[in-house]
Amino acid sequence: MKANTPPPFRIDGPARIDGQRPLNFSFNGREMMGHVGDTLASALIANGVHLVARSMKYHRPRGIIASGVEDPNSMVQLGTGAGTEPNAKATVVQLYNGLTATSVNVWPSVETDIGAVNQMLSPFMTAGFYYKTFMPSQAFWNRVAEPFIRNAAGFGKAPESGDPDFYDHCHVHCDVLVVGAGPAGLAAAHAASGTGARVILADEQFEMGGSLLSADYDIGDQPAVEWVGKTLSAIEGAEETTVLPRTTVVGLYDQNYAIALERRTDHLGAAQSSPASVRQRLWHIRAGQIVLATGAHERAMVFANNDRPGVMLADAARTFVRRYAALPGRRAVLITNNDHAYEAALAMNGAGASVHVLDTRKQPAGALPDAAREAGIAIESNVTITGVKGAKRVSGVRVADMTEDATGITGAMRDIEADCVLMSGGYSPAVHLFCHAQGKLHYDDELACFRPGIEKDGIACIGGTNGDFGLKSCLESGYATGDAAARASGFKGRRASRAPASQGGQDALAIEPIWQLPGEKAPNRSKGKFFVDFQNDTTAADIALAAREGFDSVEHMKRYTLTGFGTDQGKIGNINGLAILAQLTGRSIEETGTTTFRPPYTPVTFGALAGRAVGDQLDPIRVTAIHDSHVHHGAEFEDVGQWKRPWYFPVGGETMHEAVRRECRAVRSAVGLLDASTLGKIDVSGPDAAEFLDRVYSNMMSTLKVGYVRYGLMLGEDGMVSDDGTVARLSDDRFIATTTTGGAAGVFEKLEDYLQTEWMDLKVYLTSITEQWATVAVAGPKARQLVERLCGDIDLDPDAFPFMTFREGTVHGIPARIFRISFTGELSYEINVAWHHGRALWDALIDAGAELGVTPYGTETMHVLRAEKGFIIVGQETDGTVTADDLGMNWIVSKKKHDFIGKRSLSRPDNLRTDRKQLVGILPEDGGIILPEGAQLVERAVSLPQVGHFQPPGLDGQPVYRPKKEGRGSPVPIQGHVTSSYWSDALDRSFGLALIKNGRERIGETLFAPIEHRTVPVRIVDPVFYDKDGRRRDG
Amino acid sequence: MLLITCPYCGERPETEFHYGGEAHVSRPVDPSKLSDEEWAEFLFVRDNKKGFYKERWVHSAGCRRWFNVLRNTHTHEIVASYKVGETVRVPKATPTRKANTARSGGASKPAPARRSRTAQATVK
Repeated sequence: MKANTPPPFRIDGPARIDGQRPLNFSFNGREMMGHVGDTLASALIANGVHLVARSMKYHRPRGIIASGVEDPNSMVQLGTGAGTEPNAKATVVQLYNGLTATSVNVWPSVETDIGAVNQMLSPFMTAGFYYKTFMPSQAFWNRVAEPFIRNAAGFGKAPESGDPDFYDHCHVHCDVLVVGAGPAGLAAAHAASGTGARVILADEQFEMGGSLLSADYDIGDQPAVEWVGKTLSAIEGAEETTVLPRTTVVGLYDQNYAIALERRTDHLGAAQSSPASVRQRLWHIRAGQIVLATGAHERAMVFANNDRPGVMLADAARTFVRRYAALPGRRAVLITNNDHAYEAALAMNGAGASVHVLDTRKQPAGALPDAAREAGIAIESNVTITGVKGAKRVSGVRVADMTEDATGITGAMRDIEADCVLMSGGYSPAVHLFCHAQGKLHYDDELACFRPGIEKDGIACIGGTNGDFGLKSCLESGYATGDAAARASGFKGRRASRAPASQGGQDALAIEPIWQLPGEKAPNRSKGKFFVDFQNDTTAADIALAAREGFDSVEHMKRYTLTGFGTDQGKIGNINGLAILAQLTGRSIEETGTTTFRPPYTPVTFGALAGRAVGDQLDPIRVTAIHDSHVHHGAEFEDVGQWKRPWYFPVGGETMHEAVRRECRAVRSAVGLLDASTLGKIDVSGPDAAEFLDRVYSNMMSTLKVGYVRYGLMLGEDGMVSDDGTVARLSDDRFIATTTTGGAAGVFEKLEDYLQTEWMDLKVYLTSITEQWATVAVAGPKARQLVERLCGDIDLDPDAFPFMTFREGTVHGIPARIFRISFTGELSYEINVAWHHGRALWDALIDAGAELGVTPYGTETMHVLRAEKGFIIVGQETDGTVTADDLGMNWIVSKKKHDFIGKRSLSRPDNLRTDRKQLVGILPEDGGIILPEGAQLVERAVSLPQVGHFQPPGLDGQPVYRPKKEGRGSPVPIQGHVTSSYWSDALDRSFGLALIKNGRERIGETLFAPIEHRTVPVRIVDPVFYDKDGRRRDG
Repeated sequence: MLLITCPYCGERPETEFHYGGEAHVSRPVDPSKLSDEEWAEFLFVRDNKKGFYKERWVHSAGCRRWFNVLRNTHTHEIVASYKVGETVRVPKATPTRKANTARSGGASKPAPARRSRTAQATVK
């Protein structure tokens, strides 16, 4: 990159940038030079660039207002391609060589932005304009408004490809977490470190020191920055201490659990992160004691056109001058209501700029105003700014004297030339983290700010966070608090940690709040806009409108006007907004209160939240022992819980429909194989196992003979079906119960619950054996022929090995337990072998069955085949509101047992209603239509006229039905809904299962399914569609 | 994320546990003796108190044991964990303390140590 010209507004003098090490960067295509130690914002200021953005709603030109995270305007898009980052704040981006940044939300450029026509529409774009403007017509919204808004809304552009970077999560315990490395935080960390306590010091900036980096104070006979360096070395050198720069604590939760984002490589520019050098870390910190030394944010002043580029916070100007050697302007006007802002006047003056102070107070008389006077700075008191000249850069201000009560102006207005306006409306302690942890605030009248109002165990707020703005007191409370935190953690404090003497940093604020400066006219009549929230373009007039229209609670006002939303969360404007609301509604500021502070304090990259849990690592993936074979044979998979189950096995370019038909036919006519290993399996052992199973299943299990298998339903205590499966008795005191694949963990937990907390007298052990046994279901009329080829030691004859029994033997030489159970209605052997033999068993069955036409089938075919038999799937035919009787399964609910889980609920009045939905079969009259599962069924064919102005196409490209207004008055009562719906190869038509009110009494009736633009007549039938007398299960 | 003490395993993060609702709601010995109203009371009605609340947790990603926790549902303070069959005394609610009005010196008293360093060492 070619060398650029030195920045024209870079000044000499002590600062934290390195003037010997230039860096080249580009902004909106313009090549510029900054220096090591710059932020993007300070480098832009040093180059005389203030106009960096356009506002969201009015597209007004905007400049850099603040010097840190609180800046509402300076959002830029960094870089390009997959690594591009939208909405980075220029004020926190550390400059690096080759950085490229562009303004967001502008077209064609930030200088000439077409969206600025919105300013002319501004009378129609007041608070609530979305609701008011776009209500009348759905069509207008769909066609015009929404596309326009979607296009215009938002800031930067999200990257279009996957995030190439790596992120980590770190988990750590510590005794003392100090947040913020300004004077108070450094003092606290210094006192606590080296005591043996595990200390973490985190600061969001790339250089620690906080406000001391932009101050000319002395601490312990040395410049403050030297004290910072020495103290930091001492802290870093202490054992058990971790110092985390560029680390923002973004959330503080219960039990002193903090989340912090560490940015590790962002300042290195194009350097790619790698698994060994991650871009960002999300720290999960469990701290014994937390010391919040997060400082305070300066507030803007609310006056006409206070958003012009060149208007900035006074303390930001001081920071740009003293820390970054960047002069915001050569002719400055400072408007303030407090003493502290005079520090900025002195800094600007010392850097060679002329400064004109406008103080809204009647008699500014503190040490700092005196020092300003001594320095020859002009000070006017009891004055207001009535307007700012210049659109893309301040060229002057119009000033007037205020009336006695400071609500109006008096006398003639006069103009002052200026190229920047510094403002200070007071300071808001950064109490965000304290509030995250449910800390409550109180309003301090003397300081005109909210600060911590209750004590919270284990959390101390010091320095600016607590409204303490004096250097001496910050150091003293820092050392005292750090020492106390170490002691509270069980360590001896350090006597040496006494606060050093300091020079400078006055405590006196002497603030006289003025929340809205009087202008030539009231804000709602004024041509100029009085901005409260810059990022959301909220003005004082919007807040007045909200109050007039009844949105006078602070939370309502926030949502109506958008005050405090956005990436800055209103850090410089919220208090102004609620104070103006308080004035308008005649309440105190304390009564009005703040809105809720919620994490994160500053935006967090999604990548950091995800960490390494992306792609395949998002969630554990469970696969069966036969999985590799399924992959090899091209199976499509379905996620069932965490399991990957083969869905269907397409052959030679088959569609899903074709593959499922072929698989169904194979099972009904020859033999199919299903990997059923994922079904939950629980070993239930112990002398009371039979009694226990009697209590948890709706049917009797204790009468089951050894060697036999029984299907069982589990209910919840509310009587609703919760799971189903089979129970096999291995011996008097040992059973194996199976569960649904997705329900396995829940059933196991529930059974343990009853054993551990209700029936502690029962001697029963439960063991999950799901992953000990691989299961292959061999189903179809040729199933016996196939199994016989591999199994010589079990008599497979249906008479010798009847339905609902099991046998033990060997298959292909592998020890196996074979169950004669069937979920397809066909003759079926479910072969269980040790998990690691699963693949060998599967391969042997495939090989041995080749000439029998053995066909692997997936879950979709399993679903079709079981539905043809009217077998339910828990979670598909049931939804937690369905009883066994609703399913027509009363045969499985014991009348003999005195009690079992859910029995008492079966006689609750609601479960005895005669109009409950019952499981039935359905056949669409047009056998070619497969109804969508979940489709509602109604009693009569509703007419479905095509009306309305706007008809986006439905799934099939046909217009979607939208009822006419008069049609809305006559709803059609819903009779039920479709739970399962498929194409049946055996029936050669579509069919389904449905839950329909009083359905069993209505077999033969016709209902209607409104599907998009038409209604489909549907006949109610018996739920068993295939082999009603069940002959096929014995082959 | 809360840190919950399993009476069998010690302190573990909340993600290892499942919640089980209000504690000490026993399943009636003979549900058939209950009226519909009484049974509905058992099934559906819970205190859902703001304040100290005894609740069931299971260490599902650990020892799989069920136990009880006394937690303040307002502050999320966990006062005690105890085994099934044990009892615990509910403390009186502590009044909120007003902050120290002095600006310097911190807004809060540090909390007493949760446990000493030596205690931690023995846990490890």
